[in-house]
Amino acid sequence: MLLQLEDVVLTYGKIEALHGLSLEVAEGEVVALIGANGAGKTSTMRAISGIRGLSSGRIVFDGVDITKRRADQRMRKGLCLVPEGRGVFPGMSVRENLDMGAYTRRDKAAVAKDFERVFDLFPRLSERRKQTAGTLSGGEQQMLAIGRALMSRPKLLLLDEPSMGLAPMLIQQIFTIIAEIAHQGTTILVVEQNAQQALSRADRAYVLETGQIVKTGPGQELLKDPSIREAYLGVA
Amino acid sequence: MDFTSLIDNLGSHTVDGLTKGAIYALVALGYTLVYGVLRLINFAHSEVFMVGTWTVFGVYAVFNATAASGVGTVILATSVALIAATLASAGTALAVERIAYRPLRKKNAPPLIFLITAIGCSLVLVELFGHVFRQFFGPPFGRALVSIPTLIDTKVLFTVGGVSITNIQLIVIFGAVLMMVLLDLFVNYSRLGRGVRAVAQDPDTAALMGVNQDRVIMLVFVLGGAMAGVAAMLYTLRYDITKFDIGFLIGVKAFTAAVLGGIGNLRGALVGGLLLGVVEVYSSTLFSSNWEDVTAFVVLIAVLMFRPTGILGESLGKARA
Ligand SMILES: Nc1ncnc2c1ncn2[C@@H]1O[C@H](COP(=O)(O)OP(=O)(O)OP(=O)(O)O)[C@@H](O)[C@H]1O
Ligand SMILES: [Mg+2]
Repeated sequence: MLLQLEDVVLTYGKIEALHGLSLEVAEGEVVALIGANGAGKTSTMRAISGIRGLSSGRIVFDGVDITKRRADQRMRKGLCLVPEGRGVFPGMSVRENLDMGAYTRRDKAAVAKDFERVFDLFPRLSERRKQTAGTLSGGEQQMLAIGRALMSRPKLLLLDEPSMGLAPMLIQQIFTIIAEIAHQGTTILVVEQNAQQALSRADRAYVLETGQIVKTGPGQELLKDPSIREAYLGVA
Repeated sequence: MDFTSLIDNLGSHTVDGLTKGAIYALVALGYTLVYGVLRLINFAHSEVFMVGTWTVFGVYAVFNATAASGVGTVILATSVALIAATLASAGTALAVERIAYRPLRKKNAPPLIFLITAIGCSLVLVELFGHVFRQFFGPPFGRALVSIPTLIDTKVLFTVGGVSITNIQLIVIFGAVLMMVLLDLFVNYSRLGRGVRAVAQDPDTAALMGVNQDRVIMLVFVLGGAMAGVAAMLYTLRYDITKFDIGFLIGVKAFTAAVLGGIGNLRGALVGGLLLGVVEVYSSTLFSSNWEDVTAFVVLIAVLMFRPTGILGESLGKARA
């Protein structure tokens, strides 16, 4: 397993957001995490990326217990999160944001190649290299955030609601790009409100309800599950 | 109101003001860097400057350098003093961060606690030089003004358009501007500088990109401290004195300069510092030197009424909530 969460408990002050959550991601998989607003999806991503420490439980990544590691240390091990709401550096140019993705890398030649790869995936970013990230449109910022994460060559790419606030056309495009990234060999864990898209494209999925996993299985199977169709796909 | 005196010597008053302002600007960088990254006004920064001036005094004493020293001694003593003051100030700033602020950060202390701690650190350092060291080492430590030997005599170097420029003025302005250009290049064009801006703009996302926040914070204290150390060297060249509480007024002025230019904005520190220096000199000529501090703050309030984020606004932490 590339990533394992065991009985993860995460709290904000007195509020317990995750009550003993366990999940796994194998190398090469695309795994989706779906759930209603406030279910704890972002909290799960914060726990994995190290933005917030755990109250109890354990996280193992690539065979190493990373529970006590800081976020930047986890990133150096090959784990990169595209946070909810994109989190591009607003005062930096597109180019500088991408540079930030490669912040920990010393292999200049390979970094230069990855720039090309990112610009191939997102031609729109290429045209706007010098533009300040804060002035990009929402969709462009999302592309930049994903591109920036790719610049770190992650073993595991974490995406928190990549389709949030995007027009249907753009959602399609983002998911196609995510599929392309997966195809190129990156393992992906993606959080989504857009359950239809996420389930139809994921190898496996977890359903999160009030801080606990309530269901798991192959994406296509969950797509047919009546209770899921009712709760997350708006089909009675 | 002495308009004629101001107008007749406008050029030389302006150069005077710029010299004064250049020192404010250098010290202001320390406030602005730390604020940009931590949203903290490091009130101990004035003492970081003070430590620098004492270091210059100490180095001169070690080299036995006086006004009567030969050229060789002067060059050696001032060079070593510059390096030592830079290191001592940077070290003091770093020590304050490691001993006082970092433990508070690890405990997620509220902003008010940081503020009180900053003031506390400032007082501790002031009393160290004003009292504690005197108990152990005797004078010149203590509360009296200490004069620093004048190694470089003030000489008029050249005159442009009726304005005479002295060697000291040239050294101070050139030195300060050089340091600021170097810092600006570092922050805007180096990898580590990008890390500093990333933490200033969004600390969590910076961590997600692999930036070690503690290291960036240390870097920022060291950079700000080093600038204050250079400022201390330039100050002693210009004014030939130090005192246990010499940092106070300069600290307040530099902080004012930082706010005036837009706190968190490096170029703003330059603009704010120079403007403040010039305004002070003008007003002390127009009215009397007693008015100089009053005018400084009147200008501050006036500018903030129309531009609450300062002249250039914030830039290091642009668009941070
Ligand atoms: N910083 C915080 N402080 C306090 N409570 C928080 C904080 N962040 C999240 N919570 C609480 O934790 C719970 C889970 O929140 P989380 O953001 O993980 O949900 P989510 O599944 O990502 O929701 P959404 O779909 O709206 O993004 C919610 O009840 C939320 O109110
Ligand atoms: Mg969320």
